[in-house]
Amino acid sequence: MTAHTEQVLRLDRVVIRFAGDSGDGIQLTGDRFTTATAEFGNDLSTLPNFPAEIRAPAGTLPGVSSFQLHFADHDVLTPGDEPDVLVAMNPAALKANLPDISRGAEIIVNTDEFTKRAMARVGYSADPLQDGSLEAYSVHPVALTTLTVEALAGSGLARKDAERAKNMFALGLLSWMYHRPTLGTERFLLAKFAKTPELAAANIAALKAGWNYGETTEDFAVSYEIAPATTAFAAGRYRNISGNLALSLGLLAASQQSGLPLFLGSYPITPASDILHELSRHKNFGVRTFQAEDEIAAIGAALGAAFGGALGATTTSGPGVALKSETIGLAVSLELPLLIIGIQRGGPSTGLPTKTEQADLLQAMYGRNGESPVPVLAPATAAECFTAALDATRIALTYRTPVFLLSDGYLANGSEPWRIPGTAELPVLRPDFATEANRPDGGFWPYQRDPETLARPWAVPGTPGLEHRVGGIEKQDGTGNISYDPANHERMVRIRQAKIDGVAVPDLAVDDPTGNARLLVLGWGSTYGPIAAGVRQVRSTGGRVAQAHLRHLNPFPANLGHVLAGYERVLVPELNLGQLAHLIRAKYLVDARSLTQVSGLPFTARQLTDVLTVQLEALHAPAH
Amino acid sequence: MPLPTDAANAADRYPALGLIPKAADPQTAKHFTSDQEVRWCPGCGDYAILAAVKSFLPELGLARENICFVSGIGCSSRFPYYLNTYGMHSIHGRAPAIATGLATSRTDLSVWVVTGDGDALSIGGNHLIHALRRNVNLKILLFNNRIYGLTKGQYSPTSEVGKVTKSTPMGSLDAPFNPLSLAIGAGATFVARTIDSDRKHLQSVLRAAAVHHGTALVEIYQNCNIFNDGAFQLLKDPATRDTALIRLEHGRPVLFGADGSHGVFRDAATGGLFTAPVTDANSADVIVHDAHAGSPATAFALNLFADRVGNGVARVHQTPIGVLRSVRRPVFDTQMSDQLDAARAQDGPGDLAAVLAGTDAWTVGEDGRP
Repeated sequence: MTAHTEQVLRLDRVVIRFAGDSGDGIQLTGDRFTTATAEFGNDLSTLPNFPAEIRAPAGTLPGVSSFQLHFADHDVLTPGDEPDVLVAMNPAALKANLPDISRGAEIIVNTDEFTKRAMARVGYSADPLQDGSLEAYSVHPVALTTLTVEALAGSGLARKDAERAKNMFALGLLSWMYHRPTLGTERFLLAKFAKTPELAAANIAALKAGWNYGETTEDFAVSYEIAPATTAFAAGRYRNISGNLALSLGLLAASQQSGLPLFLGSYPITPASDILHELSRHKNFGVRTFQAEDEIAAIGAALGAAFGGALGATTTSGPGVALKSETIGLAVSLELPLLIIGIQRGGPSTGLPTKTEQADLLQAMYGRNGESPVPVLAPATAAECFTAALDATRIALTYRTPVFLLSDGYLANGSEPWRIPGTAELPVLRPDFATEANRPDGGFWPYQRDPETLARPWAVPGTPGLEHRVGGIEKQDGTGNISYDPANHERMVRIRQAKIDGVAVPDLAVDDPTGNARLLVLGWGSTYGPIAAGVRQVRSTGGRVAQAHLRHLNPFPANLGHVLAGYERVLVPELNLGQLAHLIRAKYLVDARSLTQVSGLPFTARQLTDVLTVQLEALHAPAH
Repeated sequence: MPLPTDAANAADRYPALGLIPKAADPQTAKHFTSDQEVRWCPGCGDYAILAAVKSFLPELGLARENICFVSGIGCSSRFPYYLNTYGMHSIHGRAPAIATGLATSRTDLSVWVVTGDGDALSIGGNHLIHALRRNVNLKILLFNNRIYGLTKGQYSPTSEVGKVTKSTPMGSLDAPFNPLSLAIGAGATFVARTIDSDRKHLQSVLRAAAVHHGTALVEIYQNCNIFNDGAFQLLKDPATRDTALIRLEHGRPVLFGADGSHGVFRDAATGGLFTAPVTDANSADVIVHDAHAGSPATAFALNLFADRVGNGVARVHQTPIGVLRSVRRPVFDTQMSDQLDAARAQDGPGDLAAVLAGTDAWTVGEDGRP
């Protein structure tokens, strides 16, 4: 399909938000638009936002699901602050999302759903499409449901089934507006409904009807072109990827690169379950996925598999981490490689299962009994989840230790283009199993350490002559025999700490283009995008600000103290009440300032711009 | 199900052992003795069980390095330290979960779990029932002394109602679990009971468990001479044991008492079981034990004799010992391996480059355009 329209406007960037009932297929619509946009060559970033309930009562505010996409002809750092276009499939979607929409934005509404009853249900006493309350916006009323049903009149589908294709009508309309290719979606629908070709045909018909509607109706006189982001991408092969998918593929790659079979023990929990789903599809890689009876069994089985020489991993979120704490402590004591992957969500307790937060950093650092140090890593972007999984595996294998990898709901579900690495670019990971005695008398000491890394030997069952016992009771340095000796415990606690303190992590890179910034903004994890966007904005108006982003939170990069000392002011934005700030204040005695938010949503670029501007003004104000 | 005398062949005959490498040379109990000093209380029933296990393991003819013992927390859970195999002393209640991961990822290992009544049935009850329903190839030895020993004498989930302990000075209120009833209810494929002091019987049950393909639960009545001494005295005292013990043997009439004076009968009206003296008139009606019965109903009913509730108190009474149930069902770890094989057969071995590329990839040229 090609656009035939009188007027085509060129834009450099657009933010679109699709919103509707959680049963309306909003996430699928967003995913398809995203895929088409990625293939077209724009850079992009997405933010799915959905309720914890699977099918909350239809037409209610709590049941609204949305999908936001920011795409541009240049590199994109965030899913966008304010949508330029809102597609509202019902009154609830309009009401829930209107506060986020900037004046002048385009709003496409499905007028069929604006019945008296539906409007009353969300508290509209008058029809917002008629009462002038939307005058500041460019509203496109479209009878999406009616048009879809009419388009499918000959399909033989019952009206109810035909109505369900209205999301494809909307996708077709938006695809026309923004010149997105639709062939990929047609192929997708044929595959998705391979067993029910009549549904595939109906959805494709609705998609085309939406496109044609845009082309023919006068209400949509203008369409938009956003050129491919030619400077954003180095040459290479790309795909669009979410954090959870990137993490799954990273684990798969870690298994291949280490030659260790992957064993994933997991218990379903939002927003981590998709990793279990993805890895369970790759059994031909020798991946064993084990859906356990609970979080404790999930990590227990992974640790048991690690004892047997597998690459053991467990995936969960905050409440699950709490349940796994005792077993993580056991893994610290056994000194076995184990990956603990926490996809953070709003807390405490059940909290906000489908919303993002970074409030489990201190849990990962300290949430265990005794002195129980564990390396902690946090990827900064969805795509970076891939390399983070490989890096976490490197540390786990090299130092024989459980490792925490902290992602969050925003990275997990958001997506961005990812340059697909060639397998030759991937690091080689070595398990280096012990195969021979390590004592002059031909005996084997399970806790005789490598003098460089302090790692103990990993001797797996089936290795003759190296039979040994390990356990959670304190053990004698070297022999591993049970020991309650005070001096030995003192020594073992300090050795375990020294081992983690000595984990090799790269130095922290600082982005300070002018080299004379006085303000450093230091972030970790998923705040990277909004921070970088805010920094870019401030710099565009002459503000001097340095940016650094931590990927390793335990141990910190060796140069972190030096970096912090180089700036008059350090600002730490994070989606909690100041956990990283707490750590660096304690460790480096630096008067770090916190920017905190716990709304379940990521920072916006504008928030960062505003705060950085205020901080810069304060720094550069003449002293009184 | 005794092992054949030619023990070297045992591994070949039984699927439970078929994937496990064999010992090159004959082994003895000494080979299985670790260099660690045993630290149970003098007189503890655990010593007898350890000796029985060490002298029985060589019979299996398995490579020692392919045997793993995993335990939880409690007196019994120190067991792995005293055996010269691979071993893990883990955390309270979690041994079945840890062993499930080990056995599932390594079908070439013989994996044993050692646990107690508190470890397996209280803090770890969830893992026990799920291991049993999955039928993972694990042998679970549950040392039941009906008391918490390592924490110095609180009542356990198998303590009788009214038990006076440090934490229950006026008597405990909890109704106890019968571990084997729980196991049968959870769909266990192998359920047996034995006693620490009867080495011959203990070893015969261990043999049967070892060659069972799937999860085997062996309850071992074990005396804690410090905090619950004499808990099983009725079953051990020569004056009472003949009438108190119902020795089950597959295919044999269920008789007990001196010279088989009593038998177990089915009540035609209720389908339940009862015991009665055997006479000429009723001797043909004594039930015959069928450990392989499709329905677990009779095994469950037999097990009810173990804890007769009188005056609200469950006491040791006419306790069936031996293999109550031994049936075949698909084994979890074997099935998981089969799924991996099936996936490879269908899709070929994993191609990392192809999976990384996905199905919606695009190429960006030197000009930055797709």
